[in-house]
Amino acid sequence: MELNRLTAKELIKLLAEAKVKIEDIVLALKERIDKIDHKINAYVRKEKDFEFFPKPQGLLKGLPVSVKDNITTDGLNTECCSKILEGFIPPYDATVIKKIKEKGGSIFPFKTNMDEFAFGSSCENSYFGPSHNPWNLEYVTGGSSGGSAAAVAADEAIFALGTDTGGSIRQPASFCGVVGLKPTYGRVSRFGLIAFASSLDVIGPITKDVYDCALLLNIISGYDPSDSTSVNLEVEDFTKDLDKDIKGLKIGLPKEYFVEGLDKEVKTSIDEAVEVLKKLGVEFKEVSLPHTKYAVAVYYIIATAEASSNLARFDGVQYGFRENASNLIEMYKKTRQKGFGQEAKRRILLGTFVLAEGYYEAYYLRAQKVRTLIKKDFDEVFKECDCLLTPTSPTPAFKIGEKIKDPLKMYLSDIFTLSANLAGIPAISIPCGFTKKGLPVGLQLLGKPFSESLILRVAYNYEQNTVWHKMKPKL
Amino acid sequence: MDYQVVIGLEVHVQLKTKSKAFCSCSTEFGLAPNTSVCPVCLGLPGSLPVLNRSALEFAIKVSLALNCQIQRYIRFDRKNYFYPDLPKNYQISQYALPIGKEGFLEIEPQEGIKNRIGIKRVHLEEDAGKLIHTQDYSLVDFNRAGIPLLEIVSYPEISSPDLAYEYLITLKELLSYLDVSDCDMEKGSLRCDANISLKKKEAKELGVKVELKNMNSFKAVKDALSYEVKRQAKILKENRSVIQETRLWDPKEGRTISMRTKEEAQDYRYFPDPDLVPFVLDEEIIERIKESLPVLPHTVREKLKRDFGLTFEQAKFIASEKKLAEYFQSCMEFYPQVKSVYKWLAGPLMAEINERKIDWKDLKISPQEFIGLIKLVDEKRVTQLKAKEILKKMFTLGKSYLSIIEEEGVSQISDLAYLKGIVKEVIEANPKVISDYKEGKTNALMFLVGQVMKKTNKNADPKIVQELLKESIEKS
Amino acid sequence: MEKKKISIQTVKYIAHLARIELSEEELKLISQQLEKIIDYIDQLKELEIKDVHPTSHILPLENVFRQDLVSYSAITEKVLSSAPQKKDNFFVVPKVIE
Repeated sequence: MELNRLTAKELIKLLAEAKVKIEDIVLALKERIDKIDHKINAYVRKEKDFEFFPKPQGLLKGLPVSVKDNITTDGLNTECCSKILEGFIPPYDATVIKKIKEKGGSIFPFKTNMDEFAFGSSCENSYFGPSHNPWNLEYVTGGSSGGSAAAVAADEAIFALGTDTGGSIRQPASFCGVVGLKPTYGRVSRFGLIAFASSLDVIGPITKDVYDCALLLNIISGYDPSDSTSVNLEVEDFTKDLDKDIKGLKIGLPKEYFVEGLDKEVKTSIDEAVEVLKKLGVEFKEVSLPHTKYAVAVYYIIATAEASSNLARFDGVQYGFRENASNLIEMYKKTRQKGFGQEAKRRILLGTFVLAEGYYEAYYLRAQKVRTLIKKDFDEVFKECDCLLTPTSPTPAFKIGEKIKDPLKMYLSDIFTLSANLAGIPAISIPCGFTKKGLPVGLQLLGKPFSESLILRVAYNYEQNTVWHKMKPKL
Repeated sequence: MDYQVVIGLEVHVQLKTKSKAFCSCSTEFGLAPNTSVCPVCLGLPGSLPVLNRSALEFAIKVSLALNCQIQRYIRFDRKNYFYPDLPKNYQISQYALPIGKEGFLEIEPQEGIKNRIGIKRVHLEEDAGKLIHTQDYSLVDFNRAGIPLLEIVSYPEISSPDLAYEYLITLKELLSYLDVSDCDMEKGSLRCDANISLKKKEAKELGVKVELKNMNSFKAVKDALSYEVKRQAKILKENRSVIQETRLWDPKEGRTISMRTKEEAQDYRYFPDPDLVPFVLDEEIIERIKESLPVLPHTVREKLKRDFGLTFEQAKFIASEKKLAEYFQSCMEFYPQVKSVYKWLAGPLMAEINERKIDWKDLKISPQEFIGLIKLVDEKRVTQLKAKEILKKMFTLGKSYLSIIEEEGVSQISDLAYLKGIVKEVIEANPKVISDYKEGKTNALMFLVGQVMKKTNKNADPKIVQELLKESIEKS
Repeated sequence: MEKKKISIQTVKYIAHLARIELSEEELKLISQQLEKIIDYIDQLKELEIKDVHPTSHILPLENVFRQDLVSYSAITEKVLSSAPQKKDNFFVVPKVIE
C-alpha cells in the first residue's frame, strides 16, 4: 500500500500501532513527488535531495503538513510565489505552524504553489508557473491555493494548509476533488499569514476527507493574543460529532446561485447531492440572498484596497528582491515594477485608486456599506436555516490559459465563494461528482459564524454516503 | 505692525510606556541600531499589531488634562505613504475618530494675562524609525519604529512667537506632571512643527499658511517663528504674496529655507486599519483615569499663591515641576516660613540640583532634613555660609545635616567676647593689611574677615565679625 | 466620445502613489483593463445606501489590548543577514532626494 495515498487519520493509527514508521511515509511522499510533480508543479523551490526527519510525537506523530507559500515558517523560505519576496526567510513561525508543531506535526520542506500573493483563481499567476490539475493536466487547479489542492488530490501531500480570501481554498478544492474549509474569520490566527486582504483572509485545511479536515481544524484553531482579530472562543473538538445524524436539519438553497451561467453538469451533480441529503433527512428550502450579484464588485474594491496597503511594504528595503537605483524613489518604482507580476500590479493599482482622494466615498466607503447589506442577507436566511448549500463554482476547472487574458472574466468566476469572506462565515467545499470529461465538481456548504461543527457534520454525512472521496486521479 | 500673527502648533510627544505601541519591544533610548525590533515593528510580512493598553491610557490622560472631549468610539486608520523609516510604508495612526477633540490649554505669560489656546485634536499613532543621511546613501534604524506617539494639534490661536514658546513650556509642564513623556526635544521625545500666517487686522480670511519644520528646541521654535513674521511682513508690505509651502529652520544661518522639492499635496488614502479592532471608551474607563490625574500645574500655582502668598513668578517657578511643588509644600508643612523656605529652595538647593544635574524626583534629601538645616540658620546657630557648605556635604556624603554638624563641631559662634579675642589675634597678625585698610583699600577688610572666619571654622557671623574688626581697627 | 472611467493620466498618478513604474505598454494595457473593471464595479452606484452603516470590521470585537510588558525578540542577526544592503547594523537604502 502506498502510504502517501492514505489519510492522516489512517496514518496516525498505523503510526500509533507501530505498523509503520514516519520515515516510510516521508519516503513515499518523496517518491511520489519525484515521479509526478514535474507534471503537476504543486510544490515550488523543490530540491532533489532534502533532509527531512520528523520526530514521531504528539497527536500527529510527526505527520507532515504541506504549507502554502504565504504562511511564514521560521528558517524556511516563504515567498508568496512572487519575485519580490525572492529569498525571504522569515525569522518566525506563523501561529498555525507553531500549533502544528506543538501537536507533533511537521512542516513539509517544500511550500505549495499559489497565485502570487493569493491574487488569482487559477494558480496561473505564480512566479513559478501554473500548477496542473491532477485530473487533467491541461486544466487549472483553481486558485489561489492551487498547489495545496493539487498536492492533496495527487497524494503528494497527506494534508495541507491553504488560505482563503475570496474562495482560494474552496475553489481549488472543488476543481481538484478534495475537501477545503474556510473557517469563520477570527477562528484561526492570522499571525504569520502574509496579508492580502486583512478583513477577509483566513487560513484553513485542504484534505482528502472531512475527518482529516476536522482534525487539522482542531489543531490550527484558537485564540491568539498576537492577533487582534482573533476570537477568544473555546476550541471544540470538531471530530467529535461528525457522525451524528443530520435528520431534520434545514438547508437553504439560495436562488441567486442557481441561475443562467451555472454549468449544466455542475447543476446535475448538485441536484443529485441534494437528493442524497434529502434521503438523510435534510429539509431543503429555497431562500434568497438578494445582494449576491454585487459581491464581486464589493470584493474587488475592499480586497484590492487592503491589498494595496498590505503590499506597500514590498519595496526592496529590508528583504527580498531589490532593483538597484541611484535614488530611493527609483529604487521603489523599479523594484516593484520588476518584482510584481501583472495581476499583482493590477490589483495594487485598483486598490490605490479606490482609496484615493476623490474616489474614496464613491468606491471604498460605498463598498463597505454594501458589505453590510451582504452580511445582513446571510443573517436573515440563517434565521430560518441551519446552513446553506450551493455549488462551489459556476463551472468545473477551465483550461490553462483560457481566462488569464481577461481579468474581469476571471474575477466573475469567484461569484459563489466571495460572499462567505465578505460575511466572515465558515464555508466548506466537498467533492460531489464529476463531469463527463472527468473533472471534479464541488459542493459548498455555508454556515452561521462559528458553526464549523455543523457544516462538517453535514459534509461528513454526505461524504460517507457517497464515493467521491475515494476516487483518485490517474497519474 | 498692521498684521495679526496667526500660529498653530503641532506637537508630537513620545509616550514613555515600557514597550512599543503595538508590540512588546522595549522603548529604551540609545540602544544599538536595530536591536529593539521584532517582526511586528519591522513590519515583516505576516506580522500583526496589538495595542499597548498603557499607550491608550496615557493618551486619555493627556486628552483629559487638555480639557478635550473624549471620543467614546475610536479606531485606528492607516496613513499610507512611502518612506524608508516606515517599515510597512503606512503608519498606524488615527484620522476619522481620534481620542480627544475640542480641548484647550491655558497659558499665562504674565500675571493676570491668560490665553486659552484651543486644542483641535489629540490622537495616538506609532513613530517611524530613524534615518541617517550620508552623501550617497541613507542608513535605517528601526529601534524607534513603533514607539507610541501622541499628536497634539492646536487651533491657529497663538498670536506671537513668544506665546508659542509659552505654549510649549506650559504643555511640557503639563505632560511632565502627568508623567507620560520625557518631553526632551534633544532626544526627540518631543517634536514640534508650526504653521504661521499673517493677516491684516480687518481681514476676515486668514493669510497664506507656511509650515515650519526642523526646529529642535523651544527657542528654535520661537526664533523660527520670529524670523517668519518678519519675512512674511516684508513680503506683504511689498504687496507680494506669501507662497504656501513648507520651510525648514536653519539654526546656523538663523533663517527659514524653502524645501526645494515641489510640495505635492500628499494623498494618504486613510482607511480603517483592518488589523485593529475599534475601541469603546466607556464611562468607567474615563472616570478611573480622571481620578488618577494628579493636581495639574495651573491649580498648583493658584494654590501656592493663595495658601502661601507666593508671587506670580515664585508660584510659576515652584509649580514648574510636580516634585518641586510637592517638596515645597512638604517643607512648608514642617516649617511654615515662606520667605526662608523659598529663599533656600530657589537659591542654594536649586543651585546644587542644577550643578549636579539631578532630577527633583531623585533628590535624596528629605524635606525634614532640609527644613532642619534652614531652621538652624534662622535660629542663628549656623551661619548662612556654613549652612551652604553643609548642604553641599549632604549631597556629596549623603549624610544628614545633624551628623555633619556633630562631626565638625559646628555651631554659630555668637559669643562676642570669644570673637573679640580672635579679632584681636588677627589684627595683631596682619599689620600691613591694617595699614592698607586705613589707606582706603576695602579689600583689606574682607581679607581680615576671611582670616577670622578661618580661625572660627566659619562659624562666626561674617556681619558681626566685620563690625568687630572695624571697631577694633578704628580704636587702634 | 465616450467618457472614460479612468484616464491614462490618472493611472500614471495612481502608479506614482503606489510607487510602481509602468512602461508605456503596461500603462496602456492596465488602463484598458482597469477601465473595464471600474465600469463593472460602478454597478454599486445603483444601490440605495444612504442610511447603511459601513462594515470596517466583520467581527463585533472591541477593546483588544496587550499589557505594557517588554519582551526581547533577538531576530536582529537573522533579519540583517537577509537585507539587500546593509552596513554595520543598519539597513542601507539609496539616498533620499529631498
